[in-house]
Amino acid sequence: MNFELTQEQKQLADSVSKYLINEYSFEKRKAIISSESGVSAAAWQTFADMGLTAMTLSEADNGFGGGAIDLMAVMEAMGEALVVEPFLDNVGLAGRLVSRMGSDAQRAKLLPGLIDGSERLAFAYLEQGHRYQLAPQLTLAKSNAGAWVLNGRKCLVTGAASARHLLVSALTPQGASLFIVDTQAAGVELNPSRTVDGFRVADVAFSNVSLHADALLGDDGAAMPFIEEATDFATALLCAEAVGAMKSANDATLDYVKQRKQFGVPIASFQALQHRMVEMYITTEQARSMAILAASKVDDKTNASGRARAVSAAKIKIADAARLVSQESVQLHGGMGMTEELKVSHTFRRLTMIAQQFGDADHHLERYADLT
Amino acid sequence: MDLNYSQEETKFREEVHHWLKINLPEDIRQKVIGYQELTKEDYQRWHKILAAKGWSVPHWPVEWGGTGWDMTQRYIYDEEFALAGAPRLPPFGPAMCAPVLLKFGTSAQKEQFLPRIREGDDFWVQGYSEPGAGSDLAAVKTRAERVGDHYVINGQKIWTTLGQHGDWIFCLVRTDPQAEKRQEGISFILMNMKTPGITVRPLILMDGGHEVNEIFFDNVKVPVQNLVFEENKGWTVAKYLLGHERMGSGSVGASRRELAALRTLAQRELKNGKPLIEDLRFKDKISRVEIELDALEITSMRFLDQMRRTGQAPGADVSMLKIRGTEVQQMITELAMQAAGPNAQPFVSVSNGVVDPFTSRLTPRYLNFRKASIYAGSNEIQRNIIAKMSLGL
Repeated sequence: MNFELTQEQKQLADSVSKYLINEYSFEKRKAIISSESGVSAAAWQTFADMGLTAMTLSEADNGFGGGAIDLMAVMEAMGEALVVEPFLDNVGLAGRLVSRMGSDAQRAKLLPGLIDGSERLAFAYLEQGHRYQLAPQLTLAKSNAGAWVLNGRKCLVTGAASARHLLVSALTPQGASLFIVDTQAAGVELNPSRTVDGFRVADVAFSNVSLHADALLGDDGAAMPFIEEATDFATALLCAEAVGAMKSANDATLDYVKQRKQFGVPIASFQALQHRMVEMYITTEQARSMAILAASKVDDKTNASGRARAVSAAKIKIADAARLVSQESVQLHGGMGMTEELKVSHTFRRLTMIAQQFGDADHHLERYADLT
Repeated sequence: MDLNYSQEETKFREEVHHWLKINLPEDIRQKVIGYQELTKEDYQRWHKILAAKGWSVPHWPVEWGGTGWDMTQRYIYDEEFALAGAPRLPPFGPAMCAPVLLKFGTSAQKEQFLPRIREGDDFWVQGYSEPGAGSDLAAVKTRAERVGDHYVINGQKIWTTLGQHGDWIFCLVRTDPQAEKRQEGISFILMNMKTPGITVRPLILMDGGHEVNEIFFDNVKVPVQNLVFEENKGWTVAKYLLGHERMGSGSVGASRRELAALRTLAQRELKNGKPLIEDLRFKDKISRVEIELDALEITSMRFLDQMRRTGQAPGADVSMLKIRGTEVQQMITELAMQAAGPNAQPFVSVSNGVVDPFTSRLTPRYLNFRKASIYAGSNEIQRNIIAKMSLGL
């Protein structure tokens, strides 16, 4: 038993954290969000230079062969800074899928760019009206003389506009499959928008998009276990990110109540508020424990149902905790907590969205019970 | 980062597990898992079995009979006991009075009391709370007046757990009512419960059980040799004890066992012809408790690991184990009562035989466990501690 991070893991997280404090401050983040692309090319390049994009790729793909544990503290730092880059989508989802399912040629085509920061991917899997379902239903791919034709639509594809390639899940007669689709290809239409918490997403329509045979990632009809694994992996990372965001909300709240005076005393002296902050603190620590459990289970390749169960358990805990911590932090900030001016209202929005991302508590309660 | 126990630790766990399988008396185990009261004889029989194995006081220094185990081994030992349905030895002697004597006692006191605590010869109880001194312990009023080579004690204690079994009691008493600070007029004194002038009166709780008592002291003569540490320095002793190891306060092992029993119960109870466990609403409730318990287990392990690495207890943060641990216990008892459905209603002592003995104990258990968030420093006091020490409020 050992809960300590290695020296390397700590150092990496420290560098990321320092970088974010300076270059991804609350003010700078605001500018990034309101910029045209809504993302920071400089931050992305720095992440790549620090080795973050390569961290969890296999050594065969020139990655570091690391796991969720190696990125846990990094994700926490990103959560504290409310980073709006599509990191999870590239490293947790798309990159992982290519690395695990791709042929030599496909990996050689996409991964070097992902590692050096020049190429970004996005994973298109959500479909309108199907909530958090991972299996594609409204996007269909038909085989046509050794090539494919893709039709359908995806929604809320994070980072689609900044990506050169999308990984699109689609139903073939064989079952759920994954395709590499160039965002510039004929018949691909992006309808970009912004999420409540500042991320750039797009709804993507595919009309008779013709794809070469080598667009199919992995075997025809065999994508689901990979998609499930990658989503669990990304969810574990998201849990760590949530812990960072909760810590940020708690720290901000503590600072605020210590300096805010009413009735001639800091409102921190009121027991009614103290106990609520203790509850936020305990809840965050319990959530952190579950984030650790999830990260350690997604790194254990031998036990798929143990992995899924731990990730769902963690996501339930994180969703409940994110709700409590975000709501209480705004409440304890009073009217100021409601304003655009304070970071806490942005943390509130991020935590609210995290609670739902990759499935809300109810979604995971159902999955958890099925696995018990 | 590695969440697994080491090979040696796993081997140790197996050893404890195996030993319990052979040595835990079945009648005692049945009482524990069936939520029945244990008699003094049960506790003492179990204590003697542990003492014979050399496991009655693992946390003591080896020269006094401790096992020399590290924190993790002690945690594993506690957990295996709880999982197996072994009763926890009442802490008042081995885990409360003894650490005080080891730290503050004279050699004569150690020689007189420690071996008998270790062997389970004396049943100790705790005399701290009073009607006017609960969370605010420094308000104790029970008076000890020095008369020659004796103290004469007058006053009252309350909530004395298992006081009806007590051979000895350690008490906080007021030796200097004039002290400038209340804390400076308190002393820590040991009393033989057979001393004339001591009266034990049962307090029956809402579950019908006799677990706690009031104790009255009417001119009780106690030899001065029974004073621990210095006169008027009892608060130092009390604080030491309160700061003592509380790693077990999450009760993870016991909750795991009870959750498993709850699942079995919900498997057996039918709702609309199907097992209750398949009911969506019920399932969600069980899942959330189980996940809170998972988190609690990891949090406990994180603290253990921190202690192992730094040699320091994690301080005020341990209070969160008590808060969440008791909340989980209470949720489980409540769900078990709900799972029993209408069978939760008959009151056992007047309706014997209407429902099976286990089911009939579920509501009393729920009633009884409302105590958990009140005792050993109420959960509000624990929150005060975290607010002050961890959050700097």
